[in-house]
Amino acid sequence: MITFDGVSKRFPDGTLAVDNFSITIPSRTTTVFVGSSGSGKTTLLRMINRMVDPTGGAIRIDDEDVSTLEPVALRRRVGYVMQNSGLLPHRTVVDNVATVPLLTGVPKREAREAALQLMDTVGLDRALAERYPSQLSGGQQQRVGVARGLANDPNILLMDEPFGAVDPLVRSELQQELLRIQKELAKTIVFVTHDIDEAFLLGDQVVILSTGGRIAQVGTPEEILAHPADEFVDNFIGAERGRRALSIKNVHGKDVVVDGTGRLAGILRVPSGESSRTV
Amino acid sequence: MNLFADAIGWILDPSHWTGPDGIPNRILEHLGYTTITVLIATAIAVTLGLYIGHTGRLRGLVVGVTGALRALPTLGLLVYLAVLFGLGIRFALLPTIIVLVVLAIPPLLAGAYSGVQSVDGRTVDAARSMGMTEWQILWKVEVPLALPLIIGGIRSAVLQVVATATVAAYISLGGLGRYIIDALPVRDYTKVLVGALLVTILALVLDGILIFCQRLTIPAGVRAIQISSRERSTSRSTPAVSSAA
Repeated sequence: MITFDGVSKRFPDGTLAVDNFSITIPSRTTTVFVGSSGSGKTTLLRMINRMVDPTGGAIRIDDEDVSTLEPVALRRRVGYVMQNSGLLPHRTVVDNVATVPLLTGVPKREAREAALQLMDTVGLDRALAERYPSQLSGGQQQRVGVARGLANDPNILLMDEPFGAVDPLVRSELQQELLRIQKELAKTIVFVTHDIDEAFLLGDQVVILSTGGRIAQVGTPEEILAHPADEFVDNFIGAERGRRALSIKNVHGKDVVVDGTGRLAGILRVPSGESSRTV
Repeated sequence: MNLFADAIGWILDPSHWTGPDGIPNRILEHLGYTTITVLIATAIAVTLGLYIGHTGRLRGLVVGVTGALRALPTLGLLVYLAVLFGLGIRFALLPTIIVLVVLAIPPLLAGAYSGVQSVDGRTVDAARSMGMTEWQILWKVEVPLALPLIIGGIRSAVLQVVATATVAAYISLGGLGRYIIDALPVRDYTKVLVGALLVTILALVLDGILIFCQRLTIPAGVRAIQISSRERSTSRSTPAVSSAA
């Protein structure tokens, strides 16, 4: 469990990135911080592994105040995946994945064997093990980034827009892969994105942020979609714009679902066992 | 042309290949000054350059120092130091090494500093967020990636020092400068040319060796980046995938 307790961050230049932010992130689930740029979502994420230190309040991991922990040791036990993968360009894929275990003194052979297994976990061909990051596609690089984040078997995985820089097809593939991995490993994932669709897809708990780290709404995707807290949330999740305001249209005796602009969104299937409904 | 033929003839004359004024001995002396100088200058300038590059502190110093040092006239400084120390020609090595170190510092400092600076900030950020200490970031990330530019600085320093180490002869020391300094007053231009030619050849040979070292020491991944970035810059036709939401 990660707890933010009245956390604030004022940068040296005076900008208040986060103001009195409090939230509880439950263990072994995915919490997504979603907001546009300037919402302080990345700052919040980086405060968990002390890449940024708050100027007020406290962050606790299982009741341990992170400000009392040594940053280097803390970072080694928390996985971190970033947008541009952040791989070391002079090291092979397998060495990149094994970076943290090697830092913590795991023998080289063991670390490399574990890294190869992690490549399987994230769906990377072992044949890529001796390649360099610059020889991989963007999607492959992100997979390496995820494998590296998991390498020390951390309880917590921080993901900062990890799929933001790959094309939509690959992104969707990576999202499904993450869902699968999370089902298998059940980590405490804190995920940052500006993409509400991604947030709803991946998040067990979604935190919608407005400027300055103000929480606009917290809840499951269903709760937020069903009961947007205010106009800001409504706008942000796109319910107003009609993208999610679906309605049913009867076409020659079959129900199809259309969105607010009248575009086809899908077909309505009535689960067997329920009485068929009429519109 | 005649002068060249004479100079080459002089070099090939076996009698000029023995004794304290023979070519092998002069080359060894010359290499000696160069090696001592580059070692001392590297210890100072590369350390400082790595520190400045890593911490971002004292950045203004690089520009100021390199500019100022480059403006110093080597020969003038040499004579000034020799007189200042008052040791005359009995302890000429000290001022000689000092002026050569001063000459070697700017390219070494610039190479180390710009090498570390050229490392992608996001790579460093990733290394730090994985739990590398500042030392580990420097030695495992920044230095390997900066190596091509650091060695580039060393190459450039070696070339300048080899060419300029001829001044050692001006205050009574040896080296290939001896041929030039001794021959000038007696207008023996063949021998002047011999000195100049030997310095040039030595510089080219050293540069060749350093290029070879550079190839050996650059990590394979760094070479892969250089190749792929070269490919990318030559084939700009494939646009990068945009990060549209």
